[in-house]
This record gives sequence, C-alpha cells and structure tokens, in this order.
Amino acid sequence: MSERHIILDGAIVADEWTLLAADHQGALPAGKLIVPLAQWLARRDEFIERAALHDLPWGVWLEGDEDPAQLTGDLARLALIAIHFPKFADGRGYSTAYLLRSRHGFKGELRAIGDVLRDQVFYLKRAGFNSFAIRADKPVKDALNALKDFSEPYQGSVDEARPLFRRARRGEVVA
Amino acid sequence: MYKYDIYDQRIVDERVAQFRDQTRRFLAGELSEEEFRPLRLQNGLYIQKHAPMLRVAIPYGLLSTRQLRKLAGIARDYDHGYGHFTTRQNIQFNWPALERVPDILAELATVEMHAIQTSGNCIRNVTSDQFAGVAHDELVDPRPYAEIIRQWSTFHPEFAYLPRKFKIAVSGSVEDRAGTLFHDIGVQVARNDSGEVGFKVLVGGGLGRTPILGHVIREWLPREHVLTYFDAILRVYNRHGRRDNMYKARIKILVKERGLDAFKREVDAEWAFLKDGPGTLTQAEIDRVAAHFVDPDYADLPDVEVDFERARRDNKAFARWVSRNVFGHKRAGYAAVTLSLKKTGVPPGDATTGQLEAVADLADRYSFGEVRVSHEQNLILADVRQSDLFAVWEAAKAIGFATPNIGLLTDIIACPGGDFCSLANAKSIPIANAIQARVREKLGDLDYLFDIGDIELNISGCMNACGHHHVGHIGILGVDKHGSEFYQVSIGGSQGEAASLGKVIGPSFAQDDMADVIEKLIGTYVDLRHEDERFIDTVRRTGIEPFKARVYTGLTRETADV
Repeated sequence: MSERHIILDGAIVADEWTLLAADHQGALPAGKLIVPLAQWLARRDEFIERAALHDLPWGVWLEGDEDPAQLTGDLARLALIAIHFPKFADGRGYSTAYLLRSRHGFKGELRAIGDVLRDQVFYLKRAGFNSFAIRADKPVKDALNALKDFSEPYQGSVDEARPLFRRARRGEVVA
Repeated sequence: MYKYDIYDQRIVDERVAQFRDQTRRFLAGELSEEEFRPLRLQNGLYIQKHAPMLRVAIPYGLLSTRQLRKLAGIARDYDHGYGHFTTRQNIQFNWPALERVPDILAELATVEMHAIQTSGNCIRNVTSDQFAGVAHDELVDPRPYAEIIRQWSTFHPEFAYLPRKFKIAVSGSVEDRAGTLFHDIGVQVARNDSGEVGFKVLVGGGLGRTPILGHVIREWLPREHVLTYFDAILRVYNRHGRRDNMYKARIKILVKERGLDAFKREVDAEWAFLKDGPGTLTQAEIDRVAAHFVDPDYADLPDVEVDFERARRDNKAFARWVSRNVFGHKRAGYAAVTLSLKKTGVPPGDATTGQLEAVADLADRYSFGEVRVSHEQNLILADVRQSDLFAVWEAAKAIGFATPNIGLLTDIIACPGGDFCSLANAKSIPIANAIQARVREKLGDLDYLFDIGDIELNISGCMNACGHHHVGHIGILGVDKHGSEFYQVSIGGSQGEAASLGKVIGPSFAQDDMADVIEKLIGTYVDLRHEDERFIDTVRRTGIEPFKARVYTGLTRETADV
C-alpha cells in the first residue's frame, strides 16, 4: 500500500494513522488507530489498556450526526478526533468541529475525513479542523493552496473568535 | 447607502478569483458536475433550459445608479439585453455563457456587487422593505441591521452546507413589507419604551411545498445580541435539520417536528454559551454601519406643492398614477415612486438595458442617485420631490414604466416559470400575460381595474413558490398532470402583518381557462362585496364557497385533480 499523505497544520505530511472501518471485526491492526465512536464507547477500557501497553496515542472518529458531547470525558486522552463527511455537501461536521473546539476545548488533531475536497477546506479550517485527509483521487497539494482563499473573513469562528469589527479598524476605503 | 471599505472589497475580489479558478477546473474536467454544482449555486449560477442563469444579489433592495448602469451594461454585453428582477430582491440574467460568468462577477465587484449566496443550501441574500429609511410608518431604519446581517452571513464557515436554503428578512415599520412571516428567520426591528432598539424574532416561516407562517421565538432581542442569537438558531438547525428528504429539510419542518417550545429551549441552551461573547455587536460597529444610511440632503419643502396639486386635479391619468404608484414619505414635500414593471404584454419584472439606463438617469436627476427593488418586482425612486412627480411620470411613461397598477390586479408577481426555469412544472409568464390581456379587453380604459381595487395576484410555476402564490389574494400554482400543464388556484392568502395562507378552491385548470377563471373570481367579488371592501376582505367574510361555485360552472375544458 502506497503511503498516504494528508494536510496537517498547513503542511503535507505522511499519514501515520490507520482508520478502522465502522464494521471492523476481529483483531486490531498494529500502530496508531482511529476507531469509530461506537467501538470506542463499547471497548474503551480495552483500548486504553492497549494504548498504555504500546505507548500509543488514540484517535476516534465520528459521523456527522453523532454527538461530540459523548467524548467529553476522554478529550484529554485522545490525540486525534476525525469527523466523517459522507458527502461534502453534508455540513453537520462543521458544527461538530466547532463544538469540539469551542465548547469542549479539544486541543488535539481534528481531522476531516471522507468526501473532503479543496473547495471546502477554507471553511473546514475556520470551523476548527487542522488536519485534512483529502479524498484519495484528488491532489493534496491543490487543497493546500485553498486554505488561503480569503484573507479576512467577516465573522468569528474557531480559528479566529473575533469578528472583523472587533479585530480591524473598519471604514477605510480604497483610494 | 453602504459603501465598501477595503475589507468588503477584498472579500468580493477574492471571491471572483476563487470562482474563476473553480470554473476553469470545471471546464478542464478537474471538477465533476456534482462537485461544481454547490460551488456555482453559491455564486448564483444555475444551469437552465436554454443557458445558464446568473442571479445577482441586490442586498435589501438598494442600488446606486452606478450599480444600475453596470447591471444594464451586463445585460447588454453578456445577455440578450434585459434582466429579470426576482421576488427576493435579486436580478437574474438568463443568457450568460458559463465561461464568461467569472468576468461578469469581476465587473460586478468593480461596483461593490456580487452573486454570493444567491442560491444553494446556505444563508441567502438578506431582504428588506423597499421603502426602508423613507416610509412614513417606519419605527426603526432596518438597513443597518440588514447590512450587518449580510456581512455576518457572507461566507459563514459553519453554515455554508445547511440542510436546505435559509432566507432572512428584516422589517422596521408598522406595515410589514418584507414578508417576515414567511422567512426562515424574520426580524422586526422596533424600539421599546426606554428607546432601546431590538428585534422581534420569528422563525420557521416559509412557502414552498409546505407553507407555514413563522412563529415568534423571541418577543424582544436587544440589538447587540442579534448575531449570536442567529448563530444559535443556525447551529441547532445545521445539526438537527433533516437531510434525508429535501422536501422536509427546511427549518420550518424542524420547528414543527420538535414543537416551538422544545426548539426554543435548544436554541436558548446553545445561545447561553454565545451570549455576550465576541460575536456581540459593538456600539462602534452599529454606529459605523448606520452612518452609511443617513438621510440625503433634503430640502425644506411645504407639505403641499401647489403645482403638483393642480396637475393632479387637471390630469386624470396623472392623478390615477399618483393614487397607485406614489407612496407616502416621512419628509414633507417628498414622495416615493414605484415604477411599474408590470405593463401588459411584458413578463413581470423584466427590464431592458435601455430602460435600466433611463431609470438611472431619472434617479440621478430626481432621487439622489439611488434606486430600490421591491419583492413585488418593481423599481422605486424613494426620494422624489412632489413638484417633480409630473416630470417623473412623463419620463416613466416614455419607457413603459408608468402603468398605474401598483397593488392592482395586473401588478402580478410571477416567477420566470417553465419558459426559463428547469425546476418549473408549468409556465408562469403566459398566464400573467393572458390575465393582463383579459383585463385590457374588458376595459378599454382603466376603470375596471381601479374599481376592483387592491388585490394581489401571485403566480408560481412549481411548488418551490418563487412567485409566493400561497400569500397572493389570488394564488396560482403551475402543476404537472401526466405531462400536461395545469394551474391550481387558491384564494385568501395575504402578506404583511395579518399574513395568511390561501385555500385551494378545487381541481386545477387548463392554461386556456385561466383568464376566464380570474374573471369569474373577480365577478364573484364584485357581486358580493360590501362598500369599500377589498377582495381579500370579501373572501375572508364569505369563505371560498361562492367563488368556487361560480368558477367551476360552465367550464368546457377538463380540470385535473393534482
């Protein structure tokens, strides 16, 4: 299997994580795992033990309709949370990301997975994602450029809580 | 009106660059149709029957003459020489070439305009009262708040991929001319007893397949909280609105399914985290935006202009036009003029390059260089001196915009319908034209029309209800029955403060029967009305039965149950 690359904190890096499918059965693969929320909730103690044994960080992934509040007790021990976009036009994950960052204070890697395309990464970044697993058939580098589509947005969000009217002197016109 | 600062300008310029690249990638095959679709829709671009259609935002209906001339130029250079004003304060161009749309957006950006979020499942162009700032019944000027909401909603990162479209309207007067009861969020700006400005917030109204009037979710919201409160409503909707069925995806369905009280509790719980946070409006920002909406340099004029009164007395046609197309102004000696885009034989809301340029000239000469667009698809000169009304009337006649029919039967609201729109089940414009033509046949002169009096007739070519048929005193909906076009008629709807939804009178009619149907509805009203009773009041008093009985008698063509 060829090495997969993602965008993390504005740079293209090799992906070190393995994503466990929702219907995964049987033994766990080696290395750093991102497990589905349902499995995490069902086998939490086992996962924590394994993490301690191998000195590995843990990740969990959520569907758009899953409530991030279910993870509030675990946020400190999770290195990564991924949010799945079944279709790029399904925007629930933006609010999930906002809540994880702003409401629940998650500081780890927040990754967008699934139908993640360059034309959405600017909004995704603003809503709190710092990691993007761009859909496999699309060039990752392309998406990197789109993180800078706009220089000064109007409203506050996760990346910048202050709206433009609180952070800039408004009213200056072009000469 | 609002002038862009360097930040506003940079945002629209960067949008043009972004969309130019997206269009290039689509044409190069790097973006699939499915991937490109939401991107182009959020720039107002539809792929229609004949060609793409580009919908340009006219935020809360305000245009400078410089902007109007630019629109006229775009109609000439990129289209077939005309544009169509919509029922949501937008203008549509029906014939642009896809590869030239980025150039059109670049031209718009030079005059502080854009097509941002005029379509797609996002927060749409914010709309308001066409008489904002000049209306005699205004409580608070809604324009600064409409602009503040426009900026907040523009590229809101969390709410660009909502379950469905989301429309916000702002009103600030006694009579609600912005339709706040049938928007996803409607706000009515007012002042409380202490003189503070705040909003009554309505949520979950809308037309479309399931018409519902909005519910009051908050009687009084101090103005500084408007954006955090909107964030809370939108977040609850984005997370919990239905995405399994596009016909049940609007916020009105979420509010209905949860119940208003439960929905309000969820919003309040969310808002508790946001209230008084950084999204709270500052006095400085309110003042900055409000400073763009100060009165123009009005002259001190007498209440009554002698020449104007004389002209009105001596010239019956002028008097008629004044009685229908001139609206009371807050300032002595001034008036707001509605230019009718509802001349018989012309699609409602259409205007040619030449007409748009002529209106710009009129506005420069008589109305401080500003024009408004109403959701009834007409144009307004908001600040005309009474002593200039005669000259404005003559000039408007010369371009076909002086039909004295505002609020009358021929001032028909209609979507573009099946002639242009790929969503439509049926045509709208030929129905509007047939009704207007019948009125003309009947009359010879205008007495019939004036005798019928105030009436609103709205036509939509499909369930999406762009023609607002549910709130027409007479509403017409185009439907499809086994591949044929039929028209369902409802009566008793109305917009405004006492808004109501019309009731369907029965099976749908063939296109060729529609003029007869309308004539019979009007005939029933004329027979039954009490003195000074409007059509809508008669319907409310008698119910739909007498109308129904008359209309279905003597039809020769088949009707259709749809």
